[in-house]
Amino acid sequence: MLARIATFAIDGIDPRHVWVEVDIRSGLPTFTIVGLGDTAVRESRDRVRSAIANSGFEFPQTRITANLAPAFLRKVGPGFDAALALAVLAASGQVPADALNAYAVFGELSLGGELRDSPGALAVAEGARRAGLARLIVPRERAREAALVEGLQIAGVSSLRAAAEVLTGAPPPPLPEVPGAGRAGGAGGPGDAMPEPDLADIRGHAAPLLALKIAAAGGHNLLLEGAPGTGKTMLARRLPSILPAMSRAEAIEVTRIHSIAGLHAAGLVQARPFRAPHHTISSAGLVGGGAPPRPGEATLAHHGVLFLDELAEFQRSTLDALRQPLEDGCVTVVRAQHTLVFPTRFMLVAATNPCPCGFAGVGDRCRCGEADLRRHSRRLSGPLLDRMDLLISVERPTERELRAAPETSSALARERVAQARERQRFRLAGGARCNGEMDARLVRRHVRLDDAAEQALARAYAVGALSARGRHRVVRVAQTIADLEGHDRVTHADLLTALSLRQRGDTDATLAA
Amino acid sequence: MTDRACDGCITRSWLLGRLAGHLERARGRIDQVLELGDDDLITAIGGREASDLRRELEALNLDQMRSRAGAVGLDAVCGCDPAYPPRLRALGAPPAVLYVAGGLERLTGILADDPVALVGSRKASPYGLDVARALGRGLAASGLTVVSGMALGIDSAAHAGALEAGRPTVAVLPTSADRPYPRGKRALHRRIVAGGAAVSELGPGTNVWRWMFPARNRIIAALAAMTVVVEAGERSGALVTARLARGIGRPVGAVPGRVTQPQTAGSNGLLAAGACVVRGPQDVLDHLFGAGERTASAEPRAEPSAELVPLLKAIAAGHDTVAALTRAGFGPDTGLAALAALELGGFVRRGVGGRFRVAP
Repeated sequence: MLARIATFAIDGIDPRHVWVEVDIRSGLPTFTIVGLGDTAVRESRDRVRSAIANSGFEFPQTRITANLAPAFLRKVGPGFDAALALAVLAASGQVPADALNAYAVFGELSLGGELRDSPGALAVAEGARRAGLARLIVPRERAREAALVEGLQIAGVSSLRAAAEVLTGAPPPPLPEVPGAGRAGGAGGPGDAMPEPDLADIRGHAAPLLALKIAAAGGHNLLLEGAPGTGKTMLARRLPSILPAMSRAEAIEVTRIHSIAGLHAAGLVQARPFRAPHHTISSAGLVGGGAPPRPGEATLAHHGVLFLDELAEFQRSTLDALRQPLEDGCVTVVRAQHTLVFPTRFMLVAATNPCPCGFAGVGDRCRCGEADLRRHSRRLSGPLLDRMDLLISVERPTERELRAAPETSSALARERVAQARERQRFRLAGGARCNGEMDARLVRRHVRLDDAAEQALARAYAVGALSARGRHRVVRVAQTIADLEGHDRVTHADLLTALSLRQRGDTDATLAA
Repeated sequence: MTDRACDGCITRSWLLGRLAGHLERARGRIDQVLELGDDDLITAIGGREASDLRRELEALNLDQMRSRAGAVGLDAVCGCDPAYPPRLRALGAPPAVLYVAGGLERLTGILADDPVALVGSRKASPYGLDVARALGRGLAASGLTVVSGMALGIDSAAHAGALEAGRPTVAVLPTSADRPYPRGKRALHRRIVAGGAAVSELGPGTNVWRWMFPARNRIIAALAAMTVVVEAGERSGALVTARLARGIGRPVGAVPGRVTQPQTAGSNGLLAAGACVVRGPQDVLDHLFGAGERTASAEPRAEPSAELVPLLKAIAAGHDTVAALTRAGFGPDTGLAALAALELGGFVRRGVGGRFRVAP
């Protein structure tokens, strides 16, 4: 007898419709799975056999052939267990076969028959909706996440037995009340249980705080420069908290990606992601790839912040791989069979020592010569610095500053940032999302400098304090400062502030000779 | 292209290039070795290759040598020619041929204006770089010619200072005058050759060997009427230049440095040994022409506008980072803008690590 049920394979971050077909014929007892599965899929046979037996069903002692269609698509991971088990039960008449038609199912089984937490529920739910299926069975921990997709009836079950009961007509259990509830200790997964880092934790650092606000308001990539231990990471970590809240569409996109990567417990991700990969990361780890292709840190930071600490320590080739994602907002991974696209719209924050020894300018402590500095800046230069609009030095706060009251809070800063973004949205009207994304054409069309600012810019350019590219960047940043200040035109002070936050690489080479 | 080098001298310059690798072993006493005649030189350091070398020397195609120099735009002048810079003759072993990028005629003109060598270490402190630049600018503006080696650090800063004053400057290079060394100084080389000159003892196509640096230093010392060491550590090549200058009876000066800073131990040592104290262009002028004979041309300098003065004073008092300025009462909201204004006006410079210095 033949039975089939729908499930979904995760391909990169996209769901692909997969039919699990099971055919039972008389013959010597065997259980074969075909359809280009990986090792986890092959091992699925043993899990399915034990899970069925331990759930009070009978594993048919005949010849069983399972097929995962389409056969050309590579299937990865244990997420096909539940579909295989239910198809076996239907093919052997232990659950009604026609009940399977309206359902999709996914999840890994334990030998005891429990349906285990499995990554990618949201992607599967989106796939099910797109495929026109009405109902979806997922592991109970993932029910809330799957329920984010509207127009789909979700049954979050914790065992194969319960899944079979749902198929035979039992009402689906209600969704778990609180995300992550029902688990001992309420371990909410990384980041969820901890309070969000807030700007109120920061003492001193007045100028870096301003730079952080400007970066957030205009979507400008930021380079923090300072000796080790001065608070660069602490500052960067707080950037997500002052960015405007994600829209629901953005939040769903982030949830889907993080669920697939197994980073996220349940429900909708609310906080913007913050990713800080170590500098030993490979290019595939940073921008995505590998076999099977997986999203990289750049994609995990989608709609959030990608923080590269010790920028000079990263492999040059790894950093160069960030070029396309920064430029296009997505990464294209091409494989023999097909092409995957990972979204990568993140803000880049990088931190570096000012010189190889880290103590540049601290009294007589720095012993780096011109050659050392050149070598250091060569490690930083190139396409990545091209995308950095802001440079700020971070210094160790003094004892008195550490004891002082906080200057600001994330809530206050977020409000100002949101206002500045609103002005940009109104002005740019769809041409770009924020000032940081303006190209030369948009800058010409939208940015208006007052006379004094115009003169200061011309002077900065004339004396060689700016390169042609640096000029463009300073104008963009100045516009963001004007937006934060509520100025209709970029004022003299706005422009000068932008100028003092410019990158060293933007200075004309002849002046630096 | 001007070619004023005789066959004998061209042969000599070819020989040095050909023996470059062998000379490396005699690095310690390069001065004496270079004083040897062609044949003695081959005997002394040619080793087993000596007879081969003699044969090569016989068969040497001088026209090819000349056309190679011409092809990269180098002029050549040899010691037998009246256009040869006369100061070089003070050396025990003057370069046989001087290759010139930027034109021989121009070089002659430039060197007529009392050349001063500004030299120092590659690993210089920000202070040293500032002083070198200001000295280069000030001396050039007073009508003197700055001669240096275009090395990293002090040398480059001195050239850059002279160029800032809009005056020609002369770079003495270790290999060929058409080849920027270090390579990172391509842009500076271009600017130097555009208005001034780069010179070398060796012809085109020579590789870099370590002996070429002390050899180059002797040319710097000989070309200049006075040598000023801006900043040098204990083992800096600039001290070699100073020693060579003194050896041929040229005055040597040094800029005082902080006694706690190892980068200035060598230059301070020169002062202790009696070198002329150089605090600015005026000291050099006084030493060269007699006290008060010529005055350094005052650099035209604007005053910062009144509202910027307190900030400039705070930076001068050591509040040299944005954070320190914030603590001193210049918060980032207005302080950053004021800093940029000072920077644009040329009153302060932004250094590594976000540190600001009052421009000299």
